[in-house]
Amino acid sequence: MNKALKNNKFLILRRIIQISILLLFVGGNYWGWNILRGDLSTAKVLDTFYLSDPYFVIQTFASGFVVAADVLVGALIILLFYALIGGRAFCSWVCPMNIITDSANRLRKMLKMYREDVKVPINRNLRYWILGLSIVLSALFGVAAFEAVSPISMLHRGIIFGMGFGWAAILLVFFFDLFVLQNGWCGYVCPLGAFYSLTNKISIFKIKHTVENCTECNKCLIVCPEKPVLAIIGKKSGQITKGECTNCGRCIDVCEDHALKFSFNKYNK
Amino acid sequence: MKEDKMPSRRETIRKLLQGAGFLGLGGLTWGAYVDEAKSAELILRPPGAISEEDFVKACVKCGECVIACPYDTLKLAEPGDRKPVGTPFFEPRKIACEMCPDIPCVPVCPSGALDVNLVSSVKEKNKETMLDINTAKMGIAVIDTSTCIAYWGIQCDICYRACPLMDEAIELKYERNERTGKHAFLKPVVNNEVCTGCGLCEHACVTEKSAIKVLPLSIILGKVGSHYIKGWDEDDEKRMEENDVEEDENMDKALDYLNSDWKDIVDE
Amino acid sequence: MGISRRDFIKQSAVATAATAIGLSIPKEMNAAKEKAESDWRWDKSVCRFCGTGCGIMVATKNDKIVAVKGDPAAPVNRGLNCIKGYFNAKIMYGEDRLTKPLLRVNEAGEFAKNGKFKPVSWKRAFDEMEKHIKSSLKELGPTGIGIFGSGQYTIQEGYAAVKLVKAGFRSNNIDPNARHCMASAVVGFIQTFGIDEPAGCYDDIELTDTVISWGANMSEMHPILWARVSDRKLSNPDKVKVVNLTTFTNRTSDLADTEIIFKPHTDLAIWNYLAREIMYNHPEAIDEKFVNKYNVFATGPVDTGYGMRMPDHAKFSEKELETVKKEAKKQISENEGVTLKYLDYKTGDTIEMKSRASAMKHWIISREEFKKALEPYTLDFVAKLAKGNPDESIDDFKAKLKLLADLYIEKGRKVVSFWTMGMNQHQRGSWVNEQSYMVHFLLGKQAKPGSGAFSLTGQPSACGTAREVGTFAHRLPADLVVTNPKHREISEKIWKLPTGTLNPKVGSHVMKIHRDAEDGKIKFIWVQVNNPYQNTANANHWIKAAREMDNFIVTSDPYPGISAKVSDLILPTAMIYEKWGSYGNAERRTQHWKQQVTPIGDAMPDIWQMAELAKRFKIREVWGAQNIPGLEGGLPDVLSEAQAMGYSPNDTLYDVLFANEEAKSYAWPDPIGEGFQNTEVEGDKRNVEGSDGQVWKGYNFFIHKYLWEEYRKFGLGHGHDLADFDTYHKVRGLKWPVVDGKETQWRFNSKYDPYARKEGVGSFAFYGKALKKMPQGSLKGPDKEKEKYDLTNKAKIFFRPYMDPVEMPDKNYPFWMSTGRVLEHWHSGTMTMRVPELYRAVPEALCYMNPKDADKNGLKQGDTVWVESRRGKVKAHVETRGRNRPSKGLVFIPWFDEKVFVNKVALDATCPMSKQTDFKKCAVKVYKA
Repeated sequence: MNKALKNNKFLILRRIIQISILLLFVGGNYWGWNILRGDLSTAKVLDTFYLSDPYFVIQTFASGFVVAADVLVGALIILLFYALIGGRAFCSWVCPMNIITDSANRLRKMLKMYREDVKVPINRNLRYWILGLSIVLSALFGVAAFEAVSPISMLHRGIIFGMGFGWAAILLVFFFDLFVLQNGWCGYVCPLGAFYSLTNKISIFKIKHTVENCTECNKCLIVCPEKPVLAIIGKKSGQITKGECTNCGRCIDVCEDHALKFSFNKYNK
Repeated sequence: MKEDKMPSRRETIRKLLQGAGFLGLGGLTWGAYVDEAKSAELILRPPGAISEEDFVKACVKCGECVIACPYDTLKLAEPGDRKPVGTPFFEPRKIACEMCPDIPCVPVCPSGALDVNLVSSVKEKNKETMLDINTAKMGIAVIDTSTCIAYWGIQCDICYRACPLMDEAIELKYERNERTGKHAFLKPVVNNEVCTGCGLCEHACVTEKSAIKVLPLSIILGKVGSHYIKGWDEDDEKRMEENDVEEDENMDKALDYLNSDWKDIVDE
Repeated sequence: MGISRRDFIKQSAVATAATAIGLSIPKEMNAAKEKAESDWRWDKSVCRFCGTGCGIMVATKNDKIVAVKGDPAAPVNRGLNCIKGYFNAKIMYGEDRLTKPLLRVNEAGEFAKNGKFKPVSWKRAFDEMEKHIKSSLKELGPTGIGIFGSGQYTIQEGYAAVKLVKAGFRSNNIDPNARHCMASAVVGFIQTFGIDEPAGCYDDIELTDTVISWGANMSEMHPILWARVSDRKLSNPDKVKVVNLTTFTNRTSDLADTEIIFKPHTDLAIWNYLAREIMYNHPEAIDEKFVNKYNVFATGPVDTGYGMRMPDHAKFSEKELETVKKEAKKQISENEGVTLKYLDYKTGDTIEMKSRASAMKHWIISREEFKKALEPYTLDFVAKLAKGNPDESIDDFKAKLKLLADLYIEKGRKVVSFWTMGMNQHQRGSWVNEQSYMVHFLLGKQAKPGSGAFSLTGQPSACGTAREVGTFAHRLPADLVVTNPKHREISEKIWKLPTGTLNPKVGSHVMKIHRDAEDGKIKFIWVQVNNPYQNTANANHWIKAAREMDNFIVTSDPYPGISAKVSDLILPTAMIYEKWGSYGNAERRTQHWKQQVTPIGDAMPDIWQMAELAKRFKIREVWGAQNIPGLEGGLPDVLSEAQAMGYSPNDTLYDVLFANEEAKSYAWPDPIGEGFQNTEVEGDKRNVEGSDGQVWKGYNFFIHKYLWEEYRKFGLGHGHDLADFDTYHKVRGLKWPVVDGKETQWRFNSKYDPYARKEGVGSFAFYGKALKKMPQGSLKGPDKEKEKYDLTNKAKIFFRPYMDPVEMPDKNYPFWMSTGRVLEHWHSGTMTMRVPELYRAVPEALCYMNPKDADKNGLKQGDTVWVESRRGKVKAHVETRGRNRPSKGLVFIPWFDEKVFVNKVALDATCPMSKQTDFKKCAVKVYKA
């Protein structure tokens, strides 16, 4: 029991944080709480300032509208927070879609579909193309293009304000990840994740590998949703610097050899 | 070695083209969907909403207005509502706008999609700008006079009494009922200039499907060319501001006409 | 010059209006006409709702009402309806319709006052009723039971109720909700004319030049009549004038040329201002010939109290006493110092209410005395007293009063004064009714086509049933009263009762039945077609009395309302189109309909409920000697005379009252009922288990027709003539008196009224028989020396002074509060709140308030507030815009919404004469909830 807890501590922590954030939003709409009110597109914090999704604001700029200063500042705060500190942590610590895709992944394992991957002719760079396309489309059609179809927003806003047919899009993501491609949505498609991957260059919150402890058991590679980021495992010590790493901590959870841990400073050895 | 490389380059080009095609096709589909999804022409927005075209760009979908609405009138569009997802709207037949005097939904908007200036008026007395819900323009009510039972002669007028701007936004037109010879029609008539589009009339209407409905301004309002200005209304000159006639001198058309054979206009 | 189509229509309307309508039935209007190609049936009926009396056609299909349409042949509405009438087809099919008798029982299934409602059989229901009536009668005598009757009874139901209660149980404790509605009008009619109900008819609308509305929001309460007023205004906008006198701006002001907002209660002063203007400044306007020949002057006492209980009553709270103490005595106010100077009262004096029991007393005075009494009502005084809008300038208000006087006075201008609850629900309601006739008589503008004071009724059969049948505590059919031995004799003869059966002591009126229940003097109450626990002011008292006292309350209702909720037994009751019936509207028009469909569930008609109860009582149980509090010697034992008349002591009240030989002579089937069912008479397809546990198979005689034909004997030859049963099923109603097959449009006018003609005293004859020999005296009182004055064929012009209402706004309770109705909902909303469309249109009662008042009290549109009086409080949402726009200092809350139970707040002060509650004024405070 204790071991199970220990082996999942970051997973549990992430779930707690994801759900707490969601709960704060729900409370903001239904019970008049004012810690977090609104949704992931734009939220008002403690009734005093705003936080906004920088990718959304960029789309809005592209669509030809200058957003109000409040929102702009909110977007900058978020952008700076992830760029300087959190890296791509949004995806695994905040985004509610993460719960869906993780469940799909878990089910995939349980159903032993693990090795029966059909060959899907897409690679992990697709998301950057989609990211670029979304900006172009926003400019062409005068509306934030990804925001109009984003299953993440549908899920998050759906929980807070009402789902409508949004469940269909969410189910689509779930089935895509379950039957078509492992970690398909987060690892191949989602332009929001792509956006945070691009801005994840200098953040101080990173995973550190100590090659001396590594037994090359490869457990970390099995659980990692963004496998290519673990290229240095068993080869050299250092930080996982690839932008695609979401700081989910699964690799740390499963590593039994103290070869992986979080480090808060890139110069921390 | 060379043999091996050739197909690889060809392969690369093929892949590139394939990728571009893929992206183009996806982009077109996506674009078409987005364009379709944003153009919900019949949507009613909260009071103070800027033009629909700008609104869909400006709205950050935070739901502040929805949370602020004390009557649960406003909703964020959900997938399936056939409206731009995540943007606020209301359906008067379900819950109409109660036209709160303090308009809680507008000042909370962080993005400028809802503009306080569009629901404010300047006080005569001290030139102070005040929130004034009566200046809101969410839409305009339209009556189907063929199913409005007041037009049949039934003493209904429920829309009129439901109207927060009774006698201004909806007036009663009294007309004699020649069939009975002794009753009058009391026919509701909407005054487009005053109607705020709150939809309390549409909500209250007792016919099975409401005989009075609120439609967005862009659908209802016509537009008069700025080449003609009301001689009896000084304010109407404002329309001149949009009047920028481009000088379009082109003699070609005239010369073509003049130089065509004069014989064509006489009998042979 | 040609004649336009519009002119032609106008002329033909006038022509129709001016000639009495015969009995010819246009072929195409044949009611029961069935179209072979359709699978539904149209038949004529009447709208369920207000006193206008619109004719409708009802479509039935598969034993359900599927549609209604306005009856194009109905003279009142010519095929139109208001929005309530539009939904007649839906009122019977609310989802919570009661289908089984419900009794409060304990776990063991026995009746328990604090038990929960459980369905029981009809037999069980009647067993319980029988048991509790018998124990109440045994303990308290006939006054120990009380019936809340109705102005929405069908005429036959009301008649059956009066007969059962007054002749059977020998109790006069039956009083209708019409007490809350028309009682003041009735006193006005009886004291002025000696006979009840209006002289004129709706045709006055097309014929008049001036419509003055006094405390009547016709545009919402009588929409179809308002459509006629509107049409009249359109027909000649310059000539025809409309004035709306009201205490707050309402929709009737829309059409009005002039809106006069007056302070509550000051209509008393405005009428006197008009009379003073005539007597002092425009003597030339007095129709001397008319007044001299047909009128006498009269007045009455002023120290009559306010219809409340004396302050020594134990159940008053401290706060209530602040108001109630004035019932015994009060200080003369500054204004009363002026208006009661003729009785030598000065401001600051104490007036003792010595004439509370004799408020109806009145005596003849001279014209000089009458004129003298009007002296204080100058324009300056009345304008200052009556101006109801603080934001209006006094000069503007004076100009309006002056204009009002000019319209009344203008020679040759025809004037109709309409009023409803504003003047009837009034602590001096009888006075203010009489004042209207005062002005019309002085000008000779009464009982003439296009001219007259016209009391509009609220309920569909306030006239037809409550008043004409006499379901009041003091009345018998056709204006007879229980206190008059001759009237009792007439009734006993028609009802074939032993002499002395009828109780000569006036019974308890609505307020008194409630108060008696609170005092333990009434222990059995039956609510019929009424919602008295929602519609009575100061409701906290009465609901507690119903639930906390040792008594048994029965409510017959199709739907669960407040009255049903506070009852012990609920009887599921058939609704209007589920039974044969008839209503009489405000213009004396009687209209009948046939049963269209089978009732829902086990619901049964009221007549059946009463007749079945009557089977449980043998005459030996009720016709022995009875003790009546306050009646010396009590009621005699009439059993021996009954035996002499051929009754057996073991005959039941059913045998004697409802199934006697005459009754059985009305056979069923009857040609008039061909193709229609009759639940009471032949049972119906449901095979409901009846009061004896057997399947109900019917009385086998046409009980509705019998009740009608017997009832009509009361009025024949006495100015109340009604046509026979069959005739009404062929026509679109007739205005009584119906003499030689012709209806009467203007009573007392020899040209139109055969009764007036018969008297042979000139163009008019006010032939009403009541109160026609009166003492003479001065303003101060009757002079016992002088002999009684005989005023046969004359009507009285009353002088009535202005007095303050008993409760006025003060520092603690700064607002006036008025209650009333809205167009969309009927009364307590039990029917209309169940029509989804009407519910959606107006789902709740709002507190209408002036925006400046709201602002001052930190309130805004939509806020929830407490509205609190000395009696109770209620929560409502503030409405500062919308249909009713009070001036500063007044709030208006409609009473249809049981969730906004405004009658907890209202004051149960009544007109001391009519006992009608004043729902239009009390003092409240309003604060944020």
